[in-house]
Amino acid sequence: MAKTIEEINEKIKKGKAVVFTAEEIIDYAAGKGMKKVAQEVDVVTAGTFGPMCSSGAYFNVGHTKPRIKLGGGKAYLNDIPLYVGFAAVDFFLGATAMPEDDPRNKIFPGKFTYGGAYVIEELVAGKDVRLTATAYGTDCYPRKSLETYIFLKDMNEAVLFNMRNAYQNYNVAVNLSDRVIYTYMGVLQPNMGNANYCSAGQLSPLLNDPLYKTIGVGTRIFLGGGIGYVVGNGTQHNPGVKRTEEGVPKMPAGTLAVTGDLKMMSPKWLRGTSFTGYGVTLTVGIGVPIPILNEEILRYTMVKDEEIWAQVIDYSDAYPQCIPGSLGEVNYSQLKSGRIAVQGKEIPTSGLSSYLKAKEVARILKEWIEAGKFFLTNPVETIPSVDSGIVFKPLKERPIKKK
Amino acid sequence: MQKKRVVFNYPPHLVEQPVISKLVKDFDLTVNILRARITPKEQGRLVLEMTGKRQAVEAGINYIKELGVEIQPLAQDVKWDEDRCTHCTACISICPPKALDVDRKTMAVSFKRDKCIACELCIPVCPYQAMEILF
Repeated sequence: MAKTIEEINEKIKKGKAVVFTAEEIIDYAAGKGMKKVAQEVDVVTAGTFGPMCSSGAYFNVGHTKPRIKLGGGKAYLNDIPLYVGFAAVDFFLGATAMPEDDPRNKIFPGKFTYGGAYVIEELVAGKDVRLTATAYGTDCYPRKSLETYIFLKDMNEAVLFNMRNAYQNYNVAVNLSDRVIYTYMGVLQPNMGNANYCSAGQLSPLLNDPLYKTIGVGTRIFLGGGIGYVVGNGTQHNPGVKRTEEGVPKMPAGTLAVTGDLKMMSPKWLRGTSFTGYGVTLTVGIGVPIPILNEEILRYTMVKDEEIWAQVIDYSDAYPQCIPGSLGEVNYSQLKSGRIAVQGKEIPTSGLSSYLKAKEVARILKEWIEAGKFFLTNPVETIPSVDSGIVFKPLKERPIKKK
Repeated sequence: MQKKRVVFNYPPHLVEQPVISKLVKDFDLTVNILRARITPKEQGRLVLEMTGKRQAVEAGINYIKELGVEIQPLAQDVKWDEDRCTHCTACISICPPKALDVDRKTMAVSFKRDKCIACELCIPVCPYQAMEILF
């Protein structure tokens, strides 16, 4: 008999819910009758901890006396420019924003030691940051400049809002050229000297619910050490890619947009990150509970690294020039072994997403559920799946005519 | 036989004198220079590995100290900040002596100081600034 979220929550409340992480369930359920295990197990927790560039946070810092209208002016947190195109004291801080005087890649490769993601990490660590702003002044908002220390507790709202996180699978990056290249997939050595991958594989949230049967709009999750919610599919959500017979995508596919109260989060699970020659990004910890409503859903959560395949992509030419095609297919068991073979060449591998930390996220979420502190939600709406007809479009450029 | 990885700091007056060759000829040591930076009339800094009989290694080190060269174990200059390390494994494939290594079962990264040759290849590769090498 199928279970409902309400029944699972009832068991959580009584402290009787049976919870496994997405790693533990593999061995636990192997060789057992699916029907029995699906009855017995209530929740499988998935987790990931990796760099996710399309992250950021919005804030309301309260009104100054006299009032200032940041909208239309300029504002900075620790010299990182903020987006202020809102009302008086609301602004958005993007993870990849960097100080205006950062040399970027002028001295190549740039180090990118500070940016928006680091401000987010410092804020959640409870540290003071400098808020500086200039405004144009109006009758109702006369003040024109502001310089103050501020910290998270004193703000009215501080909300993490990430428009694309938790990528369902990702590319394996190599470099076919004869020089070192510096990418968001790390430093890639010439002539396929190394291969970098970025997914928690068998622990990754969307790889444990490949067809988005349980994760949807409103799903309560572990986000940055606190509680968050799935807003909906993330940007670039691309469910219609090539999949295995079990429905597991063989290339980057689904994504999630997520949000949560920054004040509940921890610097341990929101980390400023610097990719040499590329830029700053935020490494985010996300954990998703998957309710075992039936055998089908259980089977999805039993996915193993060797059943998850990724495409090897050349980041010296194919990726930047948008040339389609893959150099080969490898699975996460091979990637995690430290060596893969691509076109007859043995290549050492490195991860960018931490499997160790992904395991910890899944374990913490499991403990929250077992302790009766975290309840599951029915999605308000599902997110678009393989039958949605969604096509991930490139930008269609139409040159602007000069008059 | 004994093997030691050390850092030599030369004062300015010694920069233009042969020192290492003495270690080889007079003390019968095998010397492998891992890194060197010498600025004439200012200072020299050398990372090297000495291999030889225990007594010979000790005698060689005494000789170096008497000359006025500061000597310290290599490990002091290399720092792995375990709190900043996320165990992502980005450094693993780049580290030549496998001083940075991962337990494939747990996927936990570890740093073995005595294997490090202070090549600094891990520095630009670590996205979390967990490695620091003062050289």
